[in-house]
Amino acid sequence: MFISPSTYIAAFLFLAFMGVIYLYSLIEVSRGAGDRSPTEIFLAAFWIPVLFMVPLLTMRSLSEERRMGTLGTMMTTPVTAFEIVLSKFLAAYFFYALLWAMTLAFPLTAFFYLPQAAADSRLLFSERAAAGYLFVLVSGAMYVSIGVFASSLTRTTFVAGMLSFGMLFLAIVGAGLVSKFPADPGGALSWVEPAVSYVDTFRHLDEFSGALLDTRPFFFYLSTAAVFVAFTSLITESKSA
Amino acid sequence: MDDSDAPNSVVVRRLTKTYGGVRAIDNVSFRIGKGEVVGFLGPNGAGKSTTMRIISGLMPASSGSVFICGESVAADPDAARRHIGFMPENNPLPEDLRVREYLTFRAGIKGVPSSEIRARVDESMETCQLLRKASNKIIGNLSKGFRQRVGIADAILSRPEVIIMDEPTIGLDPHQILAIRALINSLRGKMSVIISSHILPEIELMCDRVMIINQGTIVASGSPESLRREFIAWDKYEISIKAPPAEAEKILASACPEAAIASSFGPDSEGYYGYVLRAGENSGIGRKLISSLAADERLGLREVAHKKPSLEEIFMAATRRSWEQTSDLPEGGGRRKK
Repeated sequence: MFISPSTYIAAFLFLAFMGVIYLYSLIEVSRGAGDRSPTEIFLAAFWIPVLFMVPLLTMRSLSEERRMGTLGTMMTTPVTAFEIVLSKFLAAYFFYALLWAMTLAFPLTAFFYLPQAAADSRLLFSERAAAGYLFVLVSGAMYVSIGVFASSLTRTTFVAGMLSFGMLFLAIVGAGLVSKFPADPGGALSWVEPAVSYVDTFRHLDEFSGALLDTRPFFFYLSTAAVFVAFTSLITESKSA
Repeated sequence: MDDSDAPNSVVVRRLTKTYGGVRAIDNVSFRIGKGEVVGFLGPNGAGKSTTMRIISGLMPASSGSVFICGESVAADPDAARRHIGFMPENNPLPEDLRVREYLTFRAGIKGVPSSEIRARVDESMETCQLLRKASNKIIGNLSKGFRQRVGIADAILSRPEVIIMDEPTIGLDPHQILAIRALINSLRGKMSVIISSHILPEIELMCDRVMIINQGTIVASGSPESLRREFIAWDKYEISIKAPPAEAEKILASACPEAAIASSFGPDSEGYYGYVLRAGENSGIGRKLISSLAADERLGLREVAHKKPSLEEIFMAATRRSWEQTSDLPEGGGRRKK
């Protein structure tokens, strides 16, 4: 993965894009809009790069291997499908985490090059920002696992990318969208609301950026990630022929 | 079917695989002894690749069982796979790794102890003549022959007891084929090798035993020699004389009535006609042919040769026989086979 130039191009684009978002959040803060730190505003837009980066990162992982037939040769060795899928997942997840870790350079840069703002401790670090990054890491496990799952469904890289884009869109924006339509209390659909709020990404993000660490989102993202990895290895096993 | 599978590396029992309603392989049973080199022959779509894929655990069978060194492929795929080196049909390789990197990675996932990986990789690259020229090349830039060798190097990497190669010599030049033949000869006795091919002379030269598969069933199995005896019930002679077909027929009828002309060629630039004669098994007409034809100066006898039937002919005979056996079935009658 670190050999191929496309990795570096993707990383560069991601960081450039994130840099622009960070710049915008700085401008937003400099206008004096509220007490939010630029990092917080920056993380509120995390889903935009996720929608693009995660499919790009993961779409090749299994579909390409299957198309080339190298998945088959892999399956004749004493490694299990689960091991293959888990390593693919961890590789993609590690890279995802690395990319986000690199965005930590933005506040640092801002801190060193904007001395007049340096006094403002919000710029560099806050518990809220740390919790926000933690959220990105935890939810990333689910997003990457969705991407790997989509990649196992098809042997066409492009279709895998579109599938994972669609599923991610549903996972990230879907719940937020549904919660915009209030179900009337006590009505037939009243059960929907707690369920939706349980999976609502933006609510989780708000909580985390409020430095409120609830175990439920942790459980939700990590268990979903585990389920997707398990599904993926089942699919890989049955389709490996 | 006896159950003593102690000296057998591969035991296949009543293996059946159906795709939808079509039976790709049908009730195939065989066993392969330790150190045996076995060739799979069959027309395209006969079930060679399917059988090999099931043996190597890539594909589940519809019914039946496969044991590799006593381990069931279905029940304990992990243990069975440790004994297998498999090279699939078109030998897929990752394009952007270097040969050494790829083989090192493969050695790792095949459970070669990490202290030995380097030595093993070097050893199998040496065996496949990759070490000097190609070890640091990117696989995507290699020629077909080199890619094929990388596949073979990979198959022998962990010194498995069973090596399965689906068409290993495809796309190789004669030198490389010779090298691979030598390689397989060097493995004989140490590892069981299963090779599929439809290049028949290859199989004949490399294998101790040949299995001919047609339409999902094994129609013939044995050494090339025993298959000859089983399937070819005639002797074949080639003669070249200066006589046109009509005259040659007359001469033969008087000189050697056992033989019949099967086909004829010619005349060539020197006026010679070539004839292929068929006679009953062990008829021993060679002497008679030579003495009677040589007696006549006008014929200018140039050549009398006793031809061993080639594997092609055995193959044709075996696949035709199985076709004839099944041709009274309604769906068998419509199939082309010639």
